[in-house]
Amino acid sequence: MLNTGDTAWVLMSSALVLLMTPALAFFYGGMVRRKNVLSVLMQCFIIMCVLSLHWVLFGYSISFAPGNGFWGGLQWFGLNGVGLEPYADYAGTIPHQAFMIFQAMFAIITPALIVGAFAERMKFSAFLVFTLLWATFVYGPLCHWVWGIGGWLRNFGALDFAGGTVVHINAGIAALVTAIILGKRSNLDKNVPSPHNMPFVVLGTGLLWFGWFGFNAGSALAANGLAVNAFVVTNTAAAAAGLSWALIEWIHNGKPTIFGACSGAVAGLVAITPAAGFVSVLPAIAIGLLVSVFCFIAVTVIKPKFGYDDSLDAFGVHCVGGIWGALATGLFASKLVNPAGADGLFFGNPKQFLVQLMAVGVTIVYTGITTLIIYKIVDFFIGVRVNEKQEAMGLDLTQHHERAYTVLE
Amino acid sequence: MKLIIAIIQPHRLEEVKEELYKAEVNLLTVNEVLGHGRQKGVTEVYRGHKETGNLLRKIRLEIAVNDNFVDQTIKAIVKGAKTGATGDGKIFVLDLKECVRIRTEERGTAAIG
Repeated sequence: MLNTGDTAWVLMSSALVLLMTPALAFFYGGMVRRKNVLSVLMQCFIIMCVLSLHWVLFGYSISFAPGNGFWGGLQWFGLNGVGLEPYADYAGTIPHQAFMIFQAMFAIITPALIVGAFAERMKFSAFLVFTLLWATFVYGPLCHWVWGIGGWLRNFGALDFAGGTVVHINAGIAALVTAIILGKRSNLDKNVPSPHNMPFVVLGTGLLWFGWFGFNAGSALAANGLAVNAFVVTNTAAAAAGLSWALIEWIHNGKPTIFGACSGAVAGLVAITPAAGFVSVLPAIAIGLLVSVFCFIAVTVIKPKFGYDDSLDAFGVHCVGGIWGALATGLFASKLVNPAGADGLFFGNPKQFLVQLMAVGVTIVYTGITTLIIYKIVDFFIGVRVNEKQEAMGLDLTQHHERAYTVLE
Repeated sequence: MKLIIAIIQPHRLEEVKEELYKAEVNLLTVNEVLGHGRQKGVTEVYRGHKETGNLLRKIRLEIAVNDNFVDQTIKAIVKGAKTGATGDGKIFVLDLKECVRIRTEERGTAAIG
């Protein structure tokens, strides 16, 4: 039965989630040096164009067509059979295409998250091919496993409300793999670049927070109580994590920073994503407060210790925060919040924690290996990294023949 | 007293600073400038409108030194900025008539270091 309220909310949420990709572009763009800001904006922006087409042509089919447990297949190629009537297996009260376009926005932002790992040194052509292959062979299958009809992780009982595994751990692991094999930006040991425009980072964070209401509350796929729960815990976790990161800095470094507060807020949004439809507000505070501790350690201790150049901490925030969120779902989930979900460890069901752990492990292994293979293929045929001179001059001029800021006039 | 003006590639600034510190030259002023030497400019295209031969971003250093520091300062800048490619930049050495430290009103060689 079509419900107009639900349909309106899901369409609105789709628009909110779309906005997260340009928001992410500014969040990341502010962090790079100014000779590279356009390259980051362009990478995020072109993903909106390319993956929107990819999704309606065959991305949606690979991810959500019935297919088998591992692969949706191509029966919904070009949205063949994806119409304006509800498709009850996914959402019984909204047109099938509303569900499809909502999911399109997730497929767009996930590869955009990886941009943070290889920023300032990847060739644009190689980036495009890498992104298309990754969307097809990593995002598509994983999305099907977790959310598709008959997907084997879904059948296993793994809880992922709005994309902790599919979006954040997935992109975060791909980020780590590409950062390691692409190597560090040159001169990094002497010259750790400072973010060129911190207000952009704040602007991006604000718009991400705003868009995330669509991401999480929209994932209820209805304008109902569950959507409200997701909305409330999303806001709460983001707030707790932003505050927590700033406090950690205050204690640890002597001063709280806006960069820290923003990083924390994003980490909190990441962590609450898989849990948003299964936990209540007090666990959301705990999830938010703690995610900043884990992510802070990841970006200030673990990254320097191992020496990989995850330029903008796509791994440190999205993967680490995503893993914590997925595991926290296994701890704090409660059927009192969502009868269709499950109870977590703290509600007497330790098995759920193990299921969550397995889903995390599967994502890490599958995404890690497949990303590595895709990278090697692209590197063999195109060459992934720009040369040293291009890197020194900046990707804006060398990849796009544009610059963001003029010095004169 | 000499005033040394050096135009270098922006991405070599950290190396140059490091070499200068090693040479015990600690006082310098840095500017961002645009310039055009033998190195070809870059092409920029805005909505199909092509601009070539644009000025490139460079860093300009100004360092005032006593005469006995000139050589080591030049060597340090060269060591830090040289890549062997066109566009590495230039160093100009000018006579410096006077120098005043505002805080103490010292003048001449005493005011420089």
